[in-house]
Amino acid sequence: MNGKTAAVKWFWYASPQTFYPLAGTIARWCAPAAAVLAVIGLYIGFFVAPTDAQQGEAYRIIFIHVPAAWMSMFLYVVMAFWAAMGLAFNTRLSGMMASALAPTGALFTFIALWTGALWGRPTWGTYWVWDARLTSELILLFLYFGFMALKASIDDPRRADRAGAVLAIVGVVNVPIIYYSVQWWNTLHQGASVSLTRAPSMATTMLTGMLVMALAFWLYSIAAAMVRVRCIIVERESWA
Amino acid sequence: MKEFLAMGGYGFFVWGSYAVTFALIALEVVLLARRHKRASGKGS
Repeated sequence: MNGKTAAVKWFWYASPQTFYPLAGTIARWCAPAAAVLAVIGLYIGFFVAPTDAQQGEAYRIIFIHVPAAWMSMFLYVVMAFWAAMGLAFNTRLSGMMASALAPTGALFTFIALWTGALWGRPTWGTYWVWDARLTSELILLFLYFGFMALKASIDDPRRADRAGAVLAIVGVVNVPIIYYSVQWWNTLHQGASVSLTRAPSMATTMLTGMLVMALAFWLYSIAAAMVRVRCIIVERESWA
Repeated sequence: MKEFLAMGGYGFFVWGSYAVTFALIALEVVLLARRHKRASGKGS
């Protein structure tokens, strides 16, 4: 297959009508895989990983807090990517994909904030503090809400896609701010425990549990977005 | 079992985190299933 036909094939999938069955297949594989991985991850998190020397059992919030926080940022970047694709190529599916990701992204942002608050109370002595990490993550939640509200307020879906895309792309600057906030500012929130450049500063079983849960959240997010994009395709397109 | 639920005195914080996470994900699944059912009903 040469480059030209490969490109044609990709654009073939960019049509909502042809993507619809593929989205269903992806969701059917990812949803059960997410459930199985979540059970394994929780088992490791509660029965295999040892009690933390400093935090006792309170640290077990990590198995949902960190994966949820990762997903909150990652889903926003993917959403902004599809928004940008929609502006650049004017493909209908791109705006639908961005819309399909937003509610799940907002969900994980809220979970990251909620579990963070319940973790902060026993370890820091407070549910909330206006430090750079927590504040920028809260702004991320408002960006998701703003994106959804803006799209919902415009009747013409194609105009709504374009307006939402501009908001999503402008808001993406917040993601590196969240990620590097613990380095750029003196925050109460701790620095990264896991990074690509050095060995993780935690026990192997703790890390394994966290990574399995992260994978479960990934697959769940893909499944949720695929089911939602199918709904949006049917709601918007007249062929359905 | 009782000891497990107590989470070394941090039960409120640990289970409060997990309960809300589980409830919200379950809510999203239910809402999506309902929306999908409505949407596919429109198609046929």
